[in-house]
Amino acid sequence: MKFIEDIFNKMRPDFEKGGKFEFLYPLFEAKESFIFTPGTRTKNGCHVRDSIDSKRFMSTVIVALIPPLLFGIYNTGYQHLVVSGEPTSFISCVLYGSWYVVPIIVVSYAVGGVWELLFALVRKHEINEGFLVTGLLFPLTLPPTIPLWQVAVGVSFGVVIGKEVFGGTGMNVFNPALVARAFLFFAYPAQISGDRVWVAQGKEVVDGFSGATPLLVASSHDANSVVTALNEFGTGVAGRFADFSFSNCFVGLTSGSIGETSAIANLIGAAILIITGIGSWRIMVAVVLGAFAMTTAMNACAPNDASFYALPFHYHFVTGGFIFGAVYMATDPVSAAGTGVGKWIYGFLIGAIAIIIRTANPAYPEGMMLAILFMNAFAPLIDYLVMQRHIQWRLQRGRA
Amino acid sequence: MELLSLAIRSIFVENILLAYFLGMCSYLAVSKKVSTAFGLGVAVIFVLTLTTPLNWAIHEFFLKQGSLVWTGMPALAAMDLSFLNFICFIAVIAATVQIVEMFIDKTSQKLYTALGIFLPLITVNCAILGSSLFMVEREYDFAQTLVFGASSGVGFFLAIMSMASIRHKLRYSNVPEGLRGLGITMLTTGLIAMAFMAFSGM
Repeated sequence: MKFIEDIFNKMRPDFEKGGKFEFLYPLFEAKESFIFTPGTRTKNGCHVRDSIDSKRFMSTVIVALIPPLLFGIYNTGYQHLVVSGEPTSFISCVLYGSWYVVPIIVVSYAVGGVWELLFALVRKHEINEGFLVTGLLFPLTLPPTIPLWQVAVGVSFGVVIGKEVFGGTGMNVFNPALVARAFLFFAYPAQISGDRVWVAQGKEVVDGFSGATPLLVASSHDANSVVTALNEFGTGVAGRFADFSFSNCFVGLTSGSIGETSAIANLIGAAILIITGIGSWRIMVAVVLGAFAMTTAMNACAPNDASFYALPFHYHFVTGGFIFGAVYMATDPVSAAGTGVGKWIYGFLIGAIAIIIRTANPAYPEGMMLAILFMNAFAPLIDYLVMQRHIQWRLQRGRA
Repeated sequence: MELLSLAIRSIFVENILLAYFLGMCSYLAVSKKVSTAFGLGVAVIFVLTLTTPLNWAIHEFFLKQGSLVWTGMPALAAMDLSFLNFICFIAVIAATVQIVEMFIDKTSQKLYTALGIFLPLITVNCAILGSSLFMVEREYDFAQTLVFGASSGVGFFLAIMSMASIRHKLRYSNVPEGLRGLGITMLTTGLIAMAFMAFSGM
């Protein structure tokens, strides 16, 4: 073998760049790698199954975010007009909705963009499209009445502390949009919880109006059963104000954060993410399974029908940020678990913990975002344990 | 049921590390690798479960005001020795850890090597002393003390395991130079603490 190698080494200069047989290099290379292991390694491309990169990846998420965004704009306007006792034509809903929602998104993009640019220039990394997702995800988790300066503070915290201190997109531990949301939630609870903030009110407000979200109604009401409480909510108001029946919650004409109210819009987004292979269907399915299992357990220990514990699973599914969180937040490939088995565990625990926080924690009627943030902290541990388990299995197989 | 809620509260809501920031020194120093973090976490659970009830007994029968009634001597009955809490507790912790270490060394070599240096190390862990002092302040009875000690340990274990695996992942991050090491660890601790706030109010 040695003398063949010598022949190849002698011929090599003629075939490499600048040699007389340069144009035949592929042939030489093919022969050499057929006989020997070549000295060079694959630098790129060869194992990648398609041409997806972080830019296309993030753009697809943006596309998937469009349905909840558009519906959020319409719904914000719709809620505002209903509460003001004005007619709700499509055009006026969209115009009023844009009046509230567009400034929030502009501030989020502008302030977050400045931080992103600053870090990119100082640290000489490229401006990653990941920010476009964060900058849109974050406003969609906010109530439409949020003060704009809080949007700026929140997105600054999320981008800088949640992402840039770790080195930018792909290197963070927690989802930056969630960090921003949780930061606002704990720092300024008055503007982001309770029953005053979810509907943008004008000067005129119809009688009997309550701005509570479905989950808030479920956690505190005085009906005999929690389902009746939701179904009969607000129906006294001249038949105009939407109640929280299952179908209304499913369509999404209810009060809540901008992007989270509509189950349909978020499920369209989920379909886009799953079909394009961008979002992990394992995580989404696991979240739903976890929530279903925990709801069943909670229903079993409900003291009576009126308790929040008795809320059936299909209501948990369509209310609050459940689908929005499961589809867009939990599947964030950076902060979620990366291993296959890990994704199932991670998603299952998110669903279960979200229901636990909703029902068992009287302080917070909504727990989806907090559950995901909590599991973000444990995703690396899940991955680590899954990998250790695999290594052990392989060791055993090798020994046997 | 009440004990269960106490356990949940001290693991998640009032996590000894993430809510009170006790035991930070060993948490920051030993969370570089998951395997060592595991060793330390187990050692903390072990020592907390052992020393908190022990200190409870010392406090209950020797140091608390009026706790010396059982001696039958009127001069001692009115005595309040609770100013000795600190020194007694720390001495008890140190002594217990020493004895336990010797005992484990003799009986189970495997456990001894697993716990290794961490057992003597956590004698001076503030989480251990802190739990004993909380137990006095909150006037727990024996069962509550036992549950509180053990679940504080579990809380510490969870926090340090999470931190260690995150630091494992952070090796691939491009952290700004000034923040490398302890800086980014502190920031991450803050974020984990924020995540644990999901349970506050429970």
